[in-house]
Amino acid sequence: MIRVLDSGFFTSIQDAGRKRFQQFGVPQSGVMDNYASSMANAIVGNTSECAVLELTMVGPKLMFECATAITVTGANMSPKINGVLISNFVLINVCRGDVLSFAASTIGFRSYLAVSGGFKTEIVMGSRSMYKNVTSNHCVNLGDILKINATKRPIVSHAYIKYDNTYINESEILITRGPEFDFLNSAQLSVLFQKEFTISEKNNRMAYQIKELVVNQFKEIITSFVLPGTIQLTPSGQLIILMRDAQVTGGYPRVFQLTEPSINVISQKMTNHKIRFKLEDSFT
Amino acid sequence: MELKLNNVLSDFKLQFKIYGTSSILIEWPKIISEDVLKNMLNFKEFIENNYVKQKIHIISSYNSLLVVYDKGIDNIYNEISHIESWYLSFEDKNFNTTKLWKIPVCYDLDFGLDLEDVSIRNKLSIADIVKEHTSVKYRLYFIGFLPGFLYLGGLSETLYIPRKSQPRLHVDKGSVGIGGAQTGIYPNNSPGGWNIIGKTPINLFDPKAQNPCFAQCGDQIQFYSINKAEFATLTTNMKSNSYTLENTIVHD
Repeated sequence: MIRVLDSGFFTSIQDAGRKRFQQFGVPQSGVMDNYASSMANAIVGNTSECAVLELTMVGPKLMFECATAITVTGANMSPKINGVLISNFVLINVCRGDVLSFAASTIGFRSYLAVSGGFKTEIVMGSRSMYKNVTSNHCVNLGDILKINATKRPIVSHAYIKYDNTYINESEILITRGPEFDFLNSAQLSVLFQKEFTISEKNNRMAYQIKELVVNQFKEIITSFVLPGTIQLTPSGQLIILMRDAQVTGGYPRVFQLTEPSINVISQKMTNHKIRFKLEDSFT
Repeated sequence: MELKLNNVLSDFKLQFKIYGTSSILIEWPKIISEDVLKNMLNFKEFIENNYVKQKIHIISSYNSLLVVYDKGIDNIYNEISHIESWYLSFEDKNFNTTKLWKIPVCYDLDFGLDLEDVSIRNKLSIADIVKEHTSVKYRLYFIGFLPGFLYLGGLSETLYIPRKSQPRLHVDKGSVGIGGAQTGIYPNNSPGGWNIIGKTPINLFDPKAQNPCFAQCGDQIQFYSINKAEFATLTTNMKSNSYTLENTIVHD
């Protein structure tokens, strides 16, 4: 068990998400940065489907009520065990009573905490990913007890796991064509591919909005599917990058689709960060 | 009208688009019509029954299907021409066996917060609003927006009314509303801009149930009016799980 002494800014349990329930209007959810969470699971020896804790901007304070092995990946929130700084991407065995705490992130926006065997919180519709009105809680709160299995003996890291954290500061966002890409005229395309864009303060697990507007005379479309990574362009010129908790349908033109690695990059962005779009395929 | 729409479909070439890394979007004419829905749902079933290469799942909206490949797509152009050739050989038929669901709604002023307003703006008595709203068998096009939110077609034009200029920060779960040319039910407490005319005690979305939402795309929904006492009884029954929603099989 892990006891939550402080919930941090926004902390939730996430796994690979719900892939087959969009027909009921249920978002996919799941980890925002799939690369960082996969690394975290790999380091503690978990399969990639294991649930991890996703931390946002300022991490929580947690007390372990049993022994386990942990690692922290993704953004750097200066994790400490019993007040002593530890490094990201390192396997650490913790004992009953140890306290893991975090500060505000210095690089990146989302960190992942994996524990040996994964978090064992409730499964709803095939996933432990927290989402409002689907799971009992939509985030981790002060006083929560998070179920994990105790390790019987310390875990030794055998494999050397190579990781590359440079994507966290990447500003180039690779996109492919969305279903309404052809709505864009050459003037709009040159704005989209030449200008720098700024992440607005409206950013969360559902969507990231962009500050700069892209003038257009588009009509709304008949409500259709959207996916995590879809970029919508509204009639008022707003670019909306849909993320893992996005609704399953929407009525705005879907001009771009982020590549999977670029979804990870956006997940590490916060308000006022700058990005540029680049078309990935060879049609440019 | 019927003939014209069928012509639209027979002259129409489906649009296939790559969407994301592991799905294909198939688009029908950009209209909201039962003919399109029927053709789409039948083709969806045809693909589901004939596709054997790997696990796929297909979801539908107003005028498009999304075919999602669990293991990703090796050769997208092969896949597209494959599905395209199926469409050419596939024969449309009537709607499959669908169900008609009867949903109880209490149109009391205590629940229908905007009933009086709709009555004034649309020049209809409250009794007429209820009559118009309950006389139609609505077609369920798809579920989207929120978990368990039903997109229904068929609202009487006399009830069309723009969304509220100032959305409410809180709309109760079960509230029945009208927004523009659409009517629907809020499956959970949420903010909302629709004009609220009543409330149902029925639970529209149960994430822990085998079947999280009772209805399926293509089904029909009809509302019937209940009073406050019946609303209270049904609410109690819902809580104790001793209530099963009524439905009849429709062959159309």
